[in-house]
Amino acid sequence: MSSARLQLPPRIVEGDVFKLRLLVNHPMDSGFLRDIDGVLIKRNVIRQLSCTLNNQEVFRAEPTTGIAANPLFEFYLRAVKSGELYFRWVDDKANIGEMRHPLVVQLANSSSSPKP
Amino acid sequence: MNALPDPDDLFSRRTFLNSCAQASVAASGLWLGADALAQVDKLTLSGLAESRLRTFEEMVKPFVVNQALTQGGISLTLPSLADNGHLVPLHLKVDSPMTEASHVSHIYLVSQRNPVPLMSLFVLGPWNGRAEINTRVRLSGTQMVVALARFSDGTFRYQTQEVAVTEAACVDNGT
Repeated sequence: MSSARLQLPPRIVEGDVFKLRLLVNHPMDSGFLRDIDGVLIKRNVIRQLSCTLNNQEVFRAEPTTGIAANPLFEFYLRAVKSGELYFRWVDDKANIGEMRHPLVVQLANSSSSPKP
Repeated sequence: MNALPDPDDLFSRRTFLNSCAQASVAASGLWLGADALAQVDKLTLSGLAESRLRTFEEMVKPFVVNQALTQGGISLTLPSLADNGHLVPLHLKVDSPMTEASHVSHIYLVSQRNPVPLMSLFVLGPWNGRAEINTRVRLSGTQMVVALARFSDGTFRYQTQEVAVTEAACVDNGT
């Protein structure tokens, strides 16, 4: 139900510091707003979002109501070796969102310059 | 704030942090060095007379206990005028080599006016290579935003940024 999108650079070379752009679909209800009938919408925000690469946690965010709906997280990683990026987030309703994404790191010494 | 939160949420992190902050305001002079106190004086804005705006000490108190706290070394970019408090882009960059010996371990984003002072906590490490974060925050009104970075040696650095917000995020609360 809660989905996410990840953007990576098209080509990641070993030793690079590359940017990850993660956009999570989540209402991030703050608990202060009312719906159209005047009923308070219960607070439901992502409490914790973590990014794991090859079973090592490389980024963690613990947002509160101060992060906007459909939260965006842009952060950086140093490319060491290929693996699998695993994102996992938990909200106040204990819903768990997960996403896996392969990370392909090219070797620096491989003939990398693309032929025109 | 006429509307009370649900009983379940009454003892929330916010109330806990608030009570902590109130209890420790009296002792605030003890942990801040003299130069840090001077910086706090400079940060005390004219708008702070309004009771809902927290002081700088109240904002950093829950996170910095006895460690050194200095300003600078962080670039915090927010629009100086945000039309809509529901979505304010925030860019943050901490100057750090991000090596095993010296890196940023935690970044706190603290709001002066939001009902929940801590907007987000980020945990980083040497594997990140660059202590830079982009996100989008909610702001309930014109205020100061503080970015607080904890380094691997236990020291803290902070940077502040003023934001004018024309439409607050918690706009239909208390009306």
